[in-house]
Amino acid sequence: MDSYLLSIVIWLPIIGGVVVLSTGSDDRAPLARQLSLVFSIAAFLISLLLYTGFDTTTAQMQFTEKAAWVSAFNIYYHVGVDGISMPLIILTTFLTVIVVIAGWEVIQEKTAQYMAAFLLMEGFMVGVFSSLDAVLFYVFWEGMLIPMFLIIGVWGGPNRIYATIKFFLYTLLGSLLMLVAFLYLYHQSNSFNILEYQDLPIGITAQKLLFIAFFAAFAVKVPMFPVHTWLPDAHVEAPTGGSVILAAIMLKMGGYGFLRFSLPILPDASRELAIFVIVLSLIAIVYIALVALVQDDMKKLIAYSSIAHMGFVTLGFFIFSEQGIEGGLVQMISHGFISGALFLCVGVLYDRVHSRKIESYGGVVNTMPVFAAFMMLFAMANAGLPGTSGFVGEFLVILAAFKVNIWYAVLAGTTLVFGAAYTLWMYKRVIFGDVANDDVKELKDISPREIVFLSLLAAMVLVMGIWPYPFLEVMHASVEQLVAQATANKI
Amino acid sequence: METIYLAIPLSCLVGSIAAGLFGRFLGRVGAHRVTIAGVAISFVLSTVVFVDVMRGNLFNGTVYTWAISGGVPFEIGFLIDELTAMMIVVVTFVSFMVHIYTIGYMQDDPGYQRFFSYIALFTFAMLMLVMSNNFLQLFFGWEAVGLVSYLLIGFWYQRESAIAANLKAFLVNRVGDFGFLLGIAAILYVFGSLDYATVFEAAPGAASATVADTETLWITVICLLLFLGAMGKSAQVPLHVWLPDSMEGPTPISALIHAATMVTAGIFMVARMSPLFEFSDTALNVVLVIGSLTAFFMALIGLVQNDIKRVVAYSTLSQLGYMTVALGASAYAAGIFHLGTHAFFKALLFLAAGSVIIALHHQQDMRYMGGLKRVMPITWVTAIIGTLALIGFPGFSGFFSKDAIIEAVHYSEQPAAGFAYVALTLGTLITAFYSWRLIFLTFHGKPRMSEHDFEHAKESPWVVTLPLILLAIPSVVIGWMYVQPLLFGDFFGDSIKVLPEHDTLAKIGAHYDHGGSVAWQMLTHGLTALPVILTLVGTALAYFMYIQRPDLPGKIASTFSGLYRVLMNKYGFDEFNEFVFARGARKIGSFFWRKGDESVIDGFMVNGTARVVGWFSSVVRHIQTGYVYHYAFAMIIGLFVFMTWFLSS
Repeated sequence: MDSYLLSIVIWLPIIGGVVVLSTGSDDRAPLARQLSLVFSIAAFLISLLLYTGFDTTTAQMQFTEKAAWVSAFNIYYHVGVDGISMPLIILTTFLTVIVVIAGWEVIQEKTAQYMAAFLLMEGFMVGVFSSLDAVLFYVFWEGMLIPMFLIIGVWGGPNRIYATIKFFLYTLLGSLLMLVAFLYLYHQSNSFNILEYQDLPIGITAQKLLFIAFFAAFAVKVPMFPVHTWLPDAHVEAPTGGSVILAAIMLKMGGYGFLRFSLPILPDASRELAIFVIVLSLIAIVYIALVALVQDDMKKLIAYSSIAHMGFVTLGFFIFSEQGIEGGLVQMISHGFISGALFLCVGVLYDRVHSRKIESYGGVVNTMPVFAAFMMLFAMANAGLPGTSGFVGEFLVILAAFKVNIWYAVLAGTTLVFGAAYTLWMYKRVIFGDVANDDVKELKDISPREIVFLSLLAAMVLVMGIWPYPFLEVMHASVEQLVAQATANKI
Repeated sequence: METIYLAIPLSCLVGSIAAGLFGRFLGRVGAHRVTIAGVAISFVLSTVVFVDVMRGNLFNGTVYTWAISGGVPFEIGFLIDELTAMMIVVVTFVSFMVHIYTIGYMQDDPGYQRFFSYIALFTFAMLMLVMSNNFLQLFFGWEAVGLVSYLLIGFWYQRESAIAANLKAFLVNRVGDFGFLLGIAAILYVFGSLDYATVFEAAPGAASATVADTETLWITVICLLLFLGAMGKSAQVPLHVWLPDSMEGPTPISALIHAATMVTAGIFMVARMSPLFEFSDTALNVVLVIGSLTAFFMALIGLVQNDIKRVVAYSTLSQLGYMTVALGASAYAAGIFHLGTHAFFKALLFLAAGSVIIALHHQQDMRYMGGLKRVMPITWVTAIIGTLALIGFPGFSGFFSKDAIIEAVHYSEQPAAGFAYVALTLGTLITAFYSWRLIFLTFHGKPRMSEHDFEHAKESPWVVTLPLILLAIPSVVIGWMYVQPLLFGDFFGDSIKVLPEHDTLAKIGAHYDHGGSVAWQMLTHGLTALPVILTLVGTALAYFMYIQRPDLPGKIASTFSGLYRVLMNKYGFDEFNEFVFARGARKIGSFFWRKGDESVIDGFMVNGTARVVGWFSSVVRHIQTGYVYHYAFAMIIGLFVFMTWFLSS
């Protein structure tokens, strides 16, 4: 209760969003852009205090704040972070800065509204990661979707309405079941405190039903096979910034949900139904990778690649070992950088040629060598090359999976071949070769603004690959406690 | 000393970053100066370390902790022992030579700075690989050299063939790496650590551990998985298919990466893992078989190739097979020795081929060469020295290393050793034949290129010929100097471990009088042995067919056209892979996408649900008629059903 740091990180962007919105029409777009940049950078810098002030020795919630909200139902404004949520919050604030820079010249219509939507979404997403009250969590969880619907629906591609409705229906169905689960838990404990749920004894049947309810919400978000088909559609129609946030942060909500709710609150059901989750994860890794291979649209390819990479996250989590869970968490953060970067790369090309099709390109390296170098790095990271962040999570998850069952590791390991195949084959067709057409011939290499955001992401990808120690260090205590909770008997 | 250890790889990295990121400011000369300075420092320091290690100063320590997870520390660190010391000297020396050579070879290329950046980066990665003291860093280096190889094969990215070759190389290597990574996972599972020293120490105790519910030894599983990695990187059948295509890259990297250093990483790795492989006879026999197949059948393909670089490439494949066989026969030291001699003479042969290619303005087809010996005397002489070393002509470096391998296989008691012995011995005849064929077609006979090209052909500049000369020297003398300590002495100390019952080199060594010159005794003994005789036969055959009767080869090819076609098609591996794996994966992917995602999930489940909801609501709409008597009737029926249910239960 001694600091309001977390609240500032949640509400500063939301206030910023309202301020930016108030600049109104497009003739004041430069002001809207500058304000957005200031707010997003401020939020990022302040969120870094969560890292510097973080106590790595404890699994307790830190920077907690608790105030009565609706006393009649024991609903509180209760926030706090641990080693699982803190890195995800910083990832959110970091990527919002990137998205603001990336939308700088590209968004010329309704600029203030666009920027404001991202700032509002940032606040809500940080809210999701820090809520310790189920109702508060649910409010943020649903709240963050509204700006995203608007971003796809207003600034999206030609088929945006279908994509938005599909996205909306999928997530709504899952979320409603989660709400039912919360109401049941409230009924049992007379509390909405998420931490108290962890100690609440629940029978195995109830656990299983609750698990399925939560699973519906989280599996859609991850997304897991077979509820993944909304993602490629949403990505294809979303503007670049929307894709970045969708892939980099929103998908992580599902993984985060599993760790915050399913594993600690429903350990017995989690263990009993783990095989079900693991099989779906392995299908995602193998099946989706093969689907990614034959995509002709770059955004779809990266979207499918995201699903395959998120398979490692859920696989790692449901092995119930420290290495597995930490591997999954690292994979989430790394995927935030890499998929964000790849969507930005596609955006860079799309802004110039207005096509996402692989066949519209070829020989881009001839006219955009600097861009080609950046994309090479991100492609290699996506293929899990050691020395980039993409390797760390997959490596840890494969190590952990091997200990449980060799065949999990064998199937997961196929990503070494498939991941490289779909990523580098796309790279070859887009970047390498002779200049394919007049569009490519007239391409201008990336501008300083584009170099800035790609460099920031490149730096993160490399730092995390070469020295993941600090990223893992903050997780240890919380993950250790989580493993203890997930392996405990609660019936 | 620790600063020196660090400086060896880092000086290359600094050069690479400088040339890569600031190449435009440094200019061409600046870029090659900074990278060459880096690798020169690295070479000098490597020799310092070599001398120091020979004095008995070994090192095993951590540089930094990469990560800790689940209580297991993952570290970056160096192991400096005899094996490492030898490898870093070989790597930095060849790299140094190739750097200098590149000034001449790439002088007109617009990607000059980029090229220097890549080869310096490669040297860094290769050094990290060989200096590692743990499996994690080994894998880092392993994949990093693969990355640079990928970048360099596709260096001329406008060529469709080059960018197809680099993708193929990366993916085939990834198949090997898939096994390698699982092997590492198995090691962590069985030994609880990825540190070499810890694992090797525990290996004898863990040798009899079996996989749960089976009789399979863990150690066999581990070794076979690791060897799959070695098969990818060291291009063993059937994962060899990428290496010939890698010749699409500029010649300096064919010499450095695809002959002297990177492709031998698999050999190095297995030798480094000798404390594990020794405990799995199954694995050793697999190694023997795969190596022999590679050594013999790849040499055969070398007979029919017309591209000068491809002949050398198939020769490399075959020689890698020899090294692999050495490992299988537990003659790790002989494998490593051949790795070293091969690095010198094969780099020499590639660079000589490159020298010819420059002189003929990037003509690589030997059918359009010939008669170059007078025009390019230095290239000619050095190429002949390389050839003599390659075929194992008595006295040259390759003789000692290859003869030791064949002898070791002869003494090996592994079941597969007999097969390996036949394959390797016959291989010497083929090696001699294709090697001389290359020399005769290129340098001897009548010039077959256009008169204009022949008149313009001239000896390459000193930056090209100097490395040739400097590589020719060790190709001649290194065998004399090192055969005794490396194979029969205690050179490798504890860095290579051989069980007494497997120690084939000791059995050979027992025949020699170690008071006198072992090299001389090997030479005199070798002169009457089968491999040397077959080598001379091969040489004579090549002379007869390409100098005396140049019309013969064509006739033979048409007489045995079936066999000739099989060899020209390289046994059909490429077609098989293209058809089964590449096309198969795309077919399955399309099927999953169209049928799975689009038809079943989206078509049936998602849109189907939407349709059902639509249908249901349209049905429900009919019930809501708005007539009060309809509703009243429904209520009465409902009440009746409810009451029946309550009363009956």
